Amino acid sequence: MVLRWRAAAIVALGALTVLGSGPAGSASEAETSAVMGPGPLVQRRLSPEQYRQIISDVFGPFITFGGRFEPDVREGGLLAIGSGKVGITAKGMEEYDGMARNIAGQVVSEKNRGTLIPCTPADAKTADNACATKFLGQAGRLLFRRPLTDGELRAQVRVANDAATLSKNFYTGLGVSLAVMLEAPQFLFHMQTSEPDPSSKGQYRLDAYSKASQLSFFLWNSSPDDELLTAAEKGELSTQKGLTRQVDRLLTSPRLEGGVRAFFVDMLGYDTFINLSKDAQIYPNFTAPVTRDAQEQTLLTILDVVLQQRGDYRDVFTTRRTFLTPVLGSIYGVKLPKTSPNSVADPWRAYEYAEGDPRSGILTHASFVALHSHPGRSSPTLRGKALRQFVLCQRVPDPPGNVDFTVIQDTNNPNFKTARERVTAHMTTPACAGCHKLMDPMGLSLENFDGGGGFRKIENGANIDTSGELDGKKFTDSVGLGRAVHDNPSAASCLVNRVSTYALGRTVTRGEAAWVSDLQKTFATVGYRIPDLLRKVALSDELYRVSAP
Amino acid sequence: MSITNGFAQHRFGRRNVLRGMLGGGAVTVGLPLLDRFLNSNGTAFADGKALPACFGTWLWGLGCDPGHWEPKVAGTKYEFGTQMAALQPFRDDTNLFIGLKVYLDSHAAAPHNAGWIGCTTGSPAPPSFASIDTIVADTIGTRTRFKSLEVACDGTKTSVSRKGATANASENSPAALYARVFGPEFKDPNAAEFTPDIGDIMRKSSLSAITEQRQELMKKLGAADRAGVDQYFTSIRELEKQLEIMLERPAPLEACAIPAKGDEAPPGYIIDDATTNNKLFARILAHALACGQTNVINVLFSEPLSNLRRAGSSMTYHMYTHEEAIDTSVGYQIEADRFRRQCFAALADLLGTLKGFKEGPGTLLDRMLIVGFTDVGYAKTHGVDNMPMLTFGKAGGRLKTGYAIDAKGDTVARVGLTVQQALGVRTSTWGTESNTTGRPFAELMNA
Repeated sequence: MVLRWRAAAIVALGALTVLGSGPAGSASEAETSAVMGPGPLVQRRLSPEQYRQIISDVFGPFITFGGRFEPDVREGGLLAIGSGKVGITAKGMEEYDGMARNIAGQVVSEKNRGTLIPCTPADAKTADNACATKFLGQAGRLLFRRPLTDGELRAQVRVANDAATLSKNFYTGLGVSLAVMLEAPQFLFHMQTSEPDPSSKGQYRLDAYSKASQLSFFLWNSSPDDELLTAAEKGELSTQKGLTRQVDRLLTSPRLEGGVRAFFVDMLGYDTFINLSKDAQIYPNFTAPVTRDAQEQTLLTILDVVLQQRGDYRDVFTTRRTFLTPVLGSIYGVKLPKTSPNSVADPWRAYEYAEGDPRSGILTHASFVALHSHPGRSSPTLRGKALRQFVLCQRVPDPPGNVDFTVIQDTNNPNFKTARERVTAHMTTPACAGCHKLMDPMGLSLENFDGGGGFRKIENGANIDTSGELDGKKFTDSVGLGRAVHDNPSAASCLVNRVSTYALGRTVTRGEAAWVSDLQKTFATVGYRIPDLLRKVALSDELYRVSAP
Repeated sequence: MSITNGFAQHRFGRRNVLRGMLGGGAVTVGLPLLDRFLNSNGTAFADGKALPACFGTWLWGLGCDPGHWEPKVAGTKYEFGTQMAALQPFRDDTNLFIGLKVYLDSHAAAPHNAGWIGCTTGSPAPPSFASIDTIVADTIGTRTRFKSLEVACDGTKTSVSRKGATANASENSPAALYARVFGPEFKDPNAAEFTPDIGDIMRKSSLSAITEQRQELMKKLGAADRAGVDQYFTSIRELEKQLEIMLERPAPLEACAIPAKGDEAPPGYIIDDATTNNKLFARILAHALACGQTNVINVLFSEPLSNLRRAGSSMTYHMYTHEEAIDTSVGYQIEADRFRRQCFAALADLLGTLKGFKEGPGTLLDRMLIVGFTDVGYAKTHGVDNMPMLTFGKAGGRLKTGYAIDAKGDTVARVGLTVQQALGVRTSTWGTESNTTGRPFAELMNA
């Protein structure tokens, strides 16, 4: 739906419902609102990726961004929920202002105006009401995700005309007005509005345009395209047939991949990659390209399982098939000759580890074992905690205050050669044991992978014991851990919880718990296939029902 | 091409701008402050108004070792404990508080959070977050280009500055801060000529298209939804004010000069790099203050739970505080102590930089009030008793300095209340629950 009238060539979840399946002592991470009916309207701030995607969709992928986004906030396990709680600070507004002017400048530039502006002013040295109205009306519909009201359009055109008069340049005026649009709350927030539900007296639902946005941000991580907005305009989204047609269209679009990718980036906490750094002396191979490729490896692996193969979601924890680049190969000990020139990144290559190889499933990827380690050493505790938090939707309590850690002091003690020996000290100390038993036994099975993601059998001269346990299921190594996670009911229920709250942009209410429970059953029935789950969610009334204003 | 950059090529004379505005009919601009000049000794504007008091925060992670930072005696003429020895040259610019604590009441002792949150909000779990810098900035930061500037020396974007759900993210690169403050939009207050930028005039005028919608939009939102959008509109207002200020002729400032760019270290957790960037940040922030660009700064030497480390080491500062054995010959953890001393050396760098800016008979540090605080009293146990806190600078003569005060178990909120009252915030109490206090350190206040 690129805003391009002349050259169409340019493209355009908590264990709340882990209901009893969590281990004793682990807290349910997502909260359930006490509300018995549907939840409230949510005004969510665009995520950086959504902002970029919308600009790319509307104006083209060649637009560059010169600024930084406000940090996101994770709530209920997801940034998507946190986005409904945050505003924009003064510094953030400064950044949005700079980006808006930069983008608008590119759109109205001599280079791009011919393709991106649908009309030519009668005189480029002054205001042109008709052309400004046409451009701002069309761009505004895509940016605000609904047609502009008459008042909004008048105000935007007035800004364009005033600035054109002052600068004696129509395009400068248009750019000033477009920049304002890109700084408006209607663009920077998904602003939901509701209407009475004619089919249920006294009930409310999202209006057609809010429904279109709910759907497209859920499945595409971007704003509705022209066809979806047109369907909203014609009232088609209010009929089951019309809604189904659009949902199926979105699900079969190549853009679904972007939506699923965004979901997993959020669910797996990949926003923390921004602060990942490894000590260059201890892990010399862990370079910036490795950081970049590590998350991409896991995302490609997940997309391969759940979309390309339409497989069982739980297989992501056991699959030996993955995708590698030469730089990742240097971490994993897989020799992949570089085929591109030095300045060009090599293409991704599918790679399958041999049966029994410890590298099986995404928990053995650098995106997990390195991300959840210290800069200079591994951490069974951080890995176990991350597994509970990101994969099983369980919250491990914070360490208590006023605890003396003397018992585990002295890492140079010859008795504490391996991580297992060090964390065993935690697990035998009453004040620490309660929580560490929830984390360490799983993390220890990944000890064959050092803090930089490399493989090892020995630590400080001692053999590494990779035996572990997850909720009573014992295993001997990382392959066993992957299988245990695959078979753990919390893994599937966590995914459903995350998908449902991600789609809603808020935690579910008690009144919606039955819906989530039904989704859990459906997910099992359809063989844990994510596209089927997405379809079920997207066609649910619950996704569009809201409480009375 | 940026929209306003397009105008960089042809600057308009003031007369032309006013004529253009009249022609456009929709643009207004405040009159330049043509009459504002410094007096001859550089301590005040020509109208006798003193240069403004400024505020800052400086956070270091992981507290101190009890018994190794406190002076042996309170009062004046004291000596810092060994861990704070780097601050000794600044003793007479400093107030050191010992025996302060964060009262947790029924709240969980969230490790590495309850302490710094208590110091900045007067509560370990504030019902609505408003850090002290944002409260002070509402009083002294409303007529500067930037209401506040936040930096983090450890490569993160972490910040203690927050009002509502969203934190004011820190700048982690000195080069980025430099570009933000002293880039093309900087107006040198000492320049011989001043010409308002027509791009700024248009930007300011155009924002009315947004602000005019505020009432109608807010009406549509439920109470729970309003906070985020309300903050948005407040920020738009801040942007408008920033533009208003950029359209005014700034008053000349004696100590203002555009700093040279420095070579920054790669932003990250290596403490030597953090130290390098702290020095660069200190210089840029001092120039920003001296040039009237802001009156409020927030410096985070590291996150509260500090991941600072040394190149080639598998251990972080935080890990040392928990896992390193206490050396019984000295009574503290040797490696953790090294990190701590380096933190205070970095703080001394900042203080030295501010003190190096002469303004009349005094220095920039004299008109500042900086609060130094941390996340825990004793990192090894996550304790929030005996929280080390300090203030630096005389707040433009409103605060006495050079004292070590034993608070004997009082709440940390007393420091915050003292700071607010010294900087003109009209409040008589601060803090929540057991941290609520109406007792500033009155002995430090000048009449």
